[in-house]
Amino acid sequence: MIVYVIRRLMQAGLVMIVMSALVFAGIYLIGDPVAMMISPDASELEREAVRRTLGLDLPMWRQYLVFMNDALHGNFGKSFLAGQPAMGLIFERFPATLELAFASLALSLAIGLPMGVYAGLRPNTPGSKAIMTGSILGFSLPNFWVGLMLIMVFAVLLPDLIPWWPRLPASGRGATVDVLGVKLSFLTADGLLHLLLPAITLSLYKGALIVRLARATAREVLPTDYVKFARAKGLSESRIVGVHVLKNIMIPIATVSGLEFGQTVAFAVVTETIFSWPGVGKLLIDSILLIDRPVVVAYLVIIVFFFVALNLVVDLLYSVLDPRVRLESRGS
Amino acid sequence: MTDATLDPVAAAPAQTPFRRLVSDFFENRLAVFGLVLVVLSAFVALFAPWISPQNPFDIGGLDLLDAKSPPGTVSGDGKMTYWLGTDGQSRDMMSAIFYGMRISLMVGSVSVIAALAIGIVVGLVAAYAGGRLDAFLMRIVDIMLSFPAILVALILLSILGKGIDKVLIALILVQWAYFARAARSAALVERNKEYVEAATCLALPAWRIVFRHMLPNCMPSLIVIATITLARAIALEATLSFLGVGVPVTQPSLGMLISNGFEFLLSGSYWISFFPGVALAIAIIGINLAGDHLRDVLNPRNLR
Repeated sequence: MIVYVIRRLMQAGLVMIVMSALVFAGIYLIGDPVAMMISPDASELEREAVRRTLGLDLPMWRQYLVFMNDALHGNFGKSFLAGQPAMGLIFERFPATLELAFASLALSLAIGLPMGVYAGLRPNTPGSKAIMTGSILGFSLPNFWVGLMLIMVFAVLLPDLIPWWPRLPASGRGATVDVLGVKLSFLTADGLLHLLLPAITLSLYKGALIVRLARATAREVLPTDYVKFARAKGLSESRIVGVHVLKNIMIPIATVSGLEFGQTVAFAVVTETIFSWPGVGKLLIDSILLIDRPVVVAYLVIIVFFFVALNLVVDLLYSVLDPRVRLESRGS
Repeated sequence: MTDATLDPVAAAPAQTPFRRLVSDFFENRLAVFGLVLVVLSAFVALFAPWISPQNPFDIGGLDLLDAKSPPGTVSGDGKMTYWLGTDGQSRDMMSAIFYGMRISLMVGSVSVIAALAIGIVVGLVAAYAGGRLDAFLMRIVDIMLSFPAILVALILLSILGKGIDKVLIALILVQWAYFARAARSAALVERNKEYVEAATCLALPAWRIVFRHMLPNCMPSLIVIATITLARAIALEATLSFLGVGVPVTQPSLGMLISNGFEFLLSGSYWISFFPGVALAIAIIGINLAGDHLRDVLNPRNLR
């Protein structure tokens, strides 16, 4: 077990070094950040001065060594544009992304689970068929387009047509509350309203996934002996479904939710861009478009770490939930 | 009844496996509907230059006074009707969508075919060779699959820059690992079958056993994965173009068109991003519906 964890962490370290070198070299090749930063009519002398202060006059491998040395000391350089430490910039914005991701996770579970269980219990009713067709739509509709359409309907069309219809906000986080130095939106009414449309957009895909998974597992569990036994004992239907069936559905749902949580954080890049949600995803896109190298590399290091940690936790949890899974054999 | 030819079962035409697949497929109305959508999208993509009312890339043919006309407006010179409206540069949306579909489907299918080819080679070689090579290749696949496709593509494009060729490279790099894993697991099953043993006894070269004998038996499951990956590839390209790191402005795919309409959305010009999205959804839904049923039809448990 310990050997397994150590091996996984070493592998993660290797991936981080390789990826950071690739991105460093790649971004080095494509553009001159100085050209993006200072006005086009600055003299060559001024450009040279800016290059020197940022350390961009050194050869590439020297720049990478300086970067690695700093990175090992926890310093990922300063953003070329904001002038703040890149790591600080990312950590400052991470709570917003996590808040959005958790809200959409909660939403997709709250809607997807009951629908999926219902479709599994009564597979032939029109309602179930509608749910399953709807889940294909959830998979197929381009997510960012759905976000735009939600803005169109709830922030433009409906409030224009119906006078009493509330105009839902389509950008930003709204009012926030400081909790232990972290800004949170969902504690204020205004913040909740701002959270609504982005969270719905982000939850669609995962909601559809949970519907399908819950339905498949429910259909697998229903014909088993212990459900038949519970029926024979004369337990009420609500207790059979609510306790015995649901418990077994939760294992795959928990695994997939955990694994998909990383996907949600990654996909938040798109949702944040649409709704101008001030999270890390928006920061990444802005930094890529403006060639802000320190921020992109720092984001990459954090996200690789985040994913490795997430996968490790899911693997470890899985071995706890299901004793048949042996980590050692998968690790070798 | 001794005459066998009078037996209605024997008189029916011999059912080849392929025919049964086709008839199984057409039994499901939803799947046929999906296929119709796919054929429609492919038709529009293939014949875009001939069926479009206007050439959206010809800047000279655009009349700026017609910019942002709602659907159904007749053009300023009275020559044509903008059935789906025009965008901010007074391009006819219907023509732009036809051409956009061409780019979206082209990028999607080329990237999937290339990724499939790479994945097949890697997966089959890993399965046949086994041992250290297998472990090494699958470790790379594991690492690739542990990161979300959108993120890897985004980082790759931030390095590569813009352009259709760059998008293709990024899409191939994020997709080959799915096929490699699927091909390997399919080949591992085939590897222990008797026909492979027989081929080995005949001392056929390894490449011949792998690609001539094992590969055709692995194809059904790979084709199913390819259809679903195609839908994902088209959606991914649209997303990347929407974020501004995908195709260039001069070659707008459907995602790019939606992105262009974003700025006009809040002022009520909904059609600029609405219709390209509908076109994109039609293509993706069609592929998913058809692919979903194809999986049931090609399921080895159904193949007798």
